[in-house]
Amino acid sequence: MAPTARPTVAQPLSPHLQIYRWTWTMAMSVFHRITGTALYGGSALVAVWLVALASGPAAYAWVAWFFGSWVGLLVLFAYTWVLMHHMLGGLRHFVWDFGVGLERGERLWLSRGTLIGSVALTVAIWALALILR
Amino acid sequence: MADNRQNTNLSIRTPRARVRGLGPSGHGAEHWWLQRLTAAANAPLMLAFVVIVALMAGRPYPEAVALMGHPAAALILILAVISVTLHMRLGMQVIIEDYVHDKGLRIAALFANNFYAVVVAVACLYAILRVGLARLA
Repeated sequence: MAPTARPTVAQPLSPHLQIYRWTWTMAMSVFHRITGTALYGGSALVAVWLVALASGPAAYAWVAWFFGSWVGLLVLFAYTWVLMHHMLGGLRHFVWDFGVGLERGERLWLSRGTLIGSVALTVAIWALALILR
Repeated sequence: MADNRQNTNLSIRTPRARVRGLGPSGHGAEHWWLQRLTAAANAPLMLAFVVIVALMAGRPYPEAVALMGHPAAALILILAVISVTLHMRLGMQVIIEDYVHDKGLRIAALFANNFYAVVVAVACLYAILRVGLARLA
């Protein structure tokens, strides 16, 4: 059989984010990807921190100075929130993977709970860290 | 939710497809499964990581090295690095496959994703092992 030519017409794409009304589940789904991407980039910071520690006191002093500066502390605070948000988002997906929590009210509160819980956990972690210092 | 996959009267999957258990794309289930498996591992490991970072913060170099060199801290960090880099490689792969439509760019991005994840993993593991094993010598 002769090979058939591939169609030259552009494949239609399904409508994307811009045409939908924003809902909590959609916003938290988008946040999950954004926070995942942020953590992906942030893993390089963890690598820099660990390699600096293994390189000696001079290298570690630089990295410790950066993370102790207000920019560094802001990065760490944001990192904490992003990590907590992605973690709770993952737990929400675990619940949904088992086919529960999908009713209208349940999925709304699971999504709201992700945001509320991530903020609460972040504040709790930083409060504990500052109190125990 | 009823699982009809084993019942040929209710499912259109062929017996061969059922045995292979891979779905129409020939792969994907193992990607999804490893993403969930590493997610489950990440939750406790990263909570422990946060505690370790909080304990390390503001300490002078010798104390920081001693803390990181502790077997418990080193073991938790090694496990976390393995689980997290596997997880982030899978996650970024899905994002690339969803949004990068140009074939050449997509292949380049998927290559870069793999290289990045491996470089981060190896750099972290090297550093943890170097700090952890140095004191034995």
